[in-house]
Amino acid sequence: MKRAILCILVLSAACSKGGGGTDKSAAGSDSGGAAATAAPAASTGPTGDGVITGTVHFAGTAPANPTIDMSEEAACKAKYTSNPVDSQYVVNNGGLGYTFVYVKSGLPAGATYAPPATPAVIDQRGCEYHPRVFGMQVGQKLEIKNDDPLLHNIKAVPHVNRGFNISQPTAGMTTTRTFDKQEVMVPFQCNVHGWMQAHAGVVSHPFYAVSSPDGKYTIKGLPPGTYTIEAWHEKLGPQTTTVTVGKGESKTADFNYSPKA
Amino acid sequence: MRDFLSWLLPPGASTFTGEIDWLYNTILVITGIAFVLVEAALVVFLVRYRRRPGRRATYTHGSTRAEVIWTTVTALVVVWIGLASAGGWHRIKARDAAPAGAYPLLITAKQFEWHITYPGKDGKIGTPDDFTVRSQLHVVVNRPVAAVLESEDVIHSFFVAPWRIKQDAVPGMRIPVWFQPTKVGTFELGCAELCGLGHYRMRAVVTVHTQEDYDRWVATRAGAVTASR
Amino acid sequence: MATSIPRTGQGGGMAFGGDAHAHHDDRTFLRKYIFSTDHKIIGIQFLLMSLLFLLLGGVLAMLMRWQLGFPGQPLPAGGGMLPETMAARGVILPEFYTSLVTMHGTFMVFFAIMPLLVGVFGNYLIPLKIGAPDMAFPRLNMASFWLAVPAGFLMLSGFFVEGGHAAAGWTSYAPLSANSEYSGVDMGQKIWCVSLIVLGLSSILGAVNYITTIIQLRAPGMHWFRLPLSIWSLFVTACLVLLAMPVLSGAIIMLLFDQTIGTHFFLPPKGGQPLLWQHLFWFFGHPEVYILILPAMGMASDIIANGSRKPIFGYTSMVLAIIAIGFLGWGVWGHHMFMSGMNPTLGTTFMISTLLISVPSAIKVFNWLGTMWEGNITFHVPMLHAIAFVSMFVIGGLSGVFMAAAPVDIYIHDTYFIVAHLHYVLFGGSLFAIFAAVTYWYPKMFGKLMSERWGKVHFWLTFVFYNCVFFPMHQLGLQGHMRRIYDPNQYEYLRHLQPLNTFISISAFCLFTAQIIFAVNFISSWFRGAPAGNNPWLDNGLEWTLPSPPPHGNFATVPTVYRGPYEYSSPLVEEDYLPQDRQLPPSPGAPRAPARPQPPLMPAPHPSSPTH
Repeated sequence: MKRAILCILVLSAACSKGGGGTDKSAAGSDSGGAAATAAPAASTGPTGDGVITGTVHFAGTAPANPTIDMSEEAACKAKYTSNPVDSQYVVNNGGLGYTFVYVKSGLPAGATYAPPATPAVIDQRGCEYHPRVFGMQVGQKLEIKNDDPLLHNIKAVPHVNRGFNISQPTAGMTTTRTFDKQEVMVPFQCNVHGWMQAHAGVVSHPFYAVSSPDGKYTIKGLPPGTYTIEAWHEKLGPQTTTVTVGKGESKTADFNYSPKA
Repeated sequence: MRDFLSWLLPPGASTFTGEIDWLYNTILVITGIAFVLVEAALVVFLVRYRRRPGRRATYTHGSTRAEVIWTTVTALVVVWIGLASAGGWHRIKARDAAPAGAYPLLITAKQFEWHITYPGKDGKIGTPDDFTVRSQLHVVVNRPVAAVLESEDVIHSFFVAPWRIKQDAVPGMRIPVWFQPTKVGTFELGCAELCGLGHYRMRAVVTVHTQEDYDRWVATRAGAVTASR
Repeated sequence: MATSIPRTGQGGGMAFGGDAHAHHDDRTFLRKYIFSTDHKIIGIQFLLMSLLFLLLGGVLAMLMRWQLGFPGQPLPAGGGMLPETMAARGVILPEFYTSLVTMHGTFMVFFAIMPLLVGVFGNYLIPLKIGAPDMAFPRLNMASFWLAVPAGFLMLSGFFVEGGHAAAGWTSYAPLSANSEYSGVDMGQKIWCVSLIVLGLSSILGAVNYITTIIQLRAPGMHWFRLPLSIWSLFVTACLVLLAMPVLSGAIIMLLFDQTIGTHFFLPPKGGQPLLWQHLFWFFGHPEVYILILPAMGMASDIIANGSRKPIFGYTSMVLAIIAIGFLGWGVWGHHMFMSGMNPTLGTTFMISTLLISVPSAIKVFNWLGTMWEGNITFHVPMLHAIAFVSMFVIGGLSGVFMAAAPVDIYIHDTYFIVAHLHYVLFGGSLFAIFAAVTYWYPKMFGKLMSERWGKVHFWLTFVFYNCVFFPMHQLGLQGHMRRIYDPNQYEYLRHLQPLNTFISISAFCLFTAQIIFAVNFISSWFRGAPAGNNPWLDNGLEWTLPSPPPHGNFATVPTVYRGPYEYSSPLVEEDYLPQDRQLPPSPGAPRAPARPQPPLMPAPHPSSPTH
């Protein structure tokens, strides 16, 4: 009898393994605008050697980032030499970091791009997400890691994709999840540490980038065409611009943000 | 014997300790006596009236007198416990139980943090000099505190064991809770109502200061911009 | 008083006490054993189903105890095979732990204890003990079982869905249960709701049946005050089920609407009221507590009278106590909500009503003691379990006084003190009574005797380890150890309790292992047990006049009842029992009725002894 129960448990284990890793939601409406594909299909979409580079500018002085009071999380506080801050604004030499830039439209309809084999990674370290803004492809694996010796829960609250809320109680844990629809952006939060916020831009193609701390970004491998490029910042929102890239061309597209009124 | 095998409550640190511990000890004595009497009678009967050759059970259907006696005694005892409890319950929990002039606090529970809002210099909640600290409850020794409990999401429960105080925080309700710490030191505040997967980690540190210490702590806090949600 | 109805027994002229196999039955296997309308088969079906769920509930408890006894350590023996949604490299995850807490409670309350008491013994005992051929509505009865089975398997399926199983506790407090954003559980929570709605329907069908049967189908002479206490308690229980389950079903339907179609009965952001759920749940939940203990009390009474060879002490006050509990049980639900934010003035009222309801429970304990006093106590296995039931229920009842006193409840509410208390009532009380009842009526159900020796081994191991598991939980609670926490070591003031938690866990594993003895004894006795005979315990009840197992339709001729069920050691007869249906010569001066041949198992009561 005990064995029978064990069998049931094992069976249940096998079943949830099938359904747990990947969210299989039915295809629904898509707010991202671009075509959404659920299955990691083979690439049919065109690629090329066009390049878009640019800088996300920030005019004026950035608002001060709030400090984080980690006194009740000694293990995290120990990882900082000074008071940790919530890096909402990263501005260097007039460039704005942590801005997600991607091709919003302009690719041929129905083009699909196989997700890369290497997973996107988000790491919880010192009670902060690293990186706090990142891009990943539809169907690409997202590896969620915990480097802190304490509980984090990772709650993804998307609107289009299926959300999840899982926990990692100890250091060294890794959990893998995927998203099967384009969505810019998917927010992540930790309810144990209310200040922890991250955002993932999930897009159906490989043409995206996140600006470096001085605001620079590069998108490579574009086929010739006219593209709408969108930039997104967690506090300042989206901006778009249009760029036409010819074969082998390298174009520049800059964005200009200013402090919120 | 290790302390955790004790039947006594652990040391208390608030004005509720006396009342609750007295009632607890009283009930412990009453139920202890009942327990010993009943179980001893049971064991004696089992041994004395075990089946032996040649014995036959006494044929009886009961005794009205015995029934009346033990029903009355039990009823009197429990009614007395009820009366003895009513006063303390009222003093601790009644909506208007907090003494006048108690120090106000706003305690907001959310998955899985305690956000404590302090009144700042003016001693009033809801003014611009309020400040909110995550998962740190600072209070002054021997000064009554009248807190209001709120919740942002699900039901939580405010529990400080040495203070003998527990109160659920219910979303959509503002529930008053008061207490008066009597010992300086550091304690722990825990969540006592299942509130999700991080329930076990929803704790905060409680620091009971002297008035001077507390004022110093408030001074370091005022004006600081901190990230919470 | 009793209504005489035409008998439909198919035993066709079979002699009283004849051989079960002699009677012919042209029903197909499917109608006879699977979709049977025979209350006895349905009772046995419920027994097998609920024992399986009892085992499952036990496995869930073992997983929890592993995490509490050895926090953060990988599960031994196959734990690594659990999927990453439940355990990371064999270490149970917090979200799985909350599911375990929830489902252990749900399975034990709704799919193990409740069907064991009400489904099994309500079905099996009521017609046999009142002298009826079957239930009043046999098809309804079959429907009741065949609703419970899919409900159970639906509940089980929740473990396999995305997001895991329901994780808001067996009490399913809203808003945690009402909005998946808070718990991370979506489908599991809905499955929990639907399954319990189906189970509620099953229980209601059963309850209607029990009430009607007891009122309408009693044999001639079976006055209300000649009913065995087991039947009385099942009658009051059925009334409670009939009135309480619809409240739960209604509340769960509201909860399901909140989860699925966007209502907000319990969701405050749009004006809902979380306390409404608690009021509805506990308005069902407290009568439910008595549903889970009353039948246990009744059956234990039958067994204690039999084991003591003495009439039950204070039969009338026992009946009145059952009825009083049935009424008072409706007015005490608020004591689950002392800390909920409910108006404290209301708390005082509930405190008084709660303390009062302990009076009828105390009366019952004293009467059981009175029954054993000057008895001639036989320690057969059912009696051992029944004695354990009394002594453990005493602890559970007394620890209840602490939380009834609201100021003390402030401290111990939602701590392990409550966990200890409820397990002393539901395991120490209900489950010991269930073991008593199963071992007592097993010979009647299957026609075989269970092994006495292994029964005693199982009893003693269970009794000892049970106390090792649950008694120290009082101490955990007194130190302020909250319930339902995944890792108490997160709190500094609870860290010194880890050795105690480890001790409890090891005892729990032993307790679980000891149940294998019961399972083996149960199964092997079915095939290899000694023939039981009609009346192995020398009991007075009508069921013991029938062959074991009784034939379809039960009684070949309608029995006539001459007396109550507890006429043990009556001076009217030589032997120490007097069956309810035996007609004695009318005049007291007449010679005593001749003794019947004694079946085995019980030592002979020495009728020739000069001491009486």
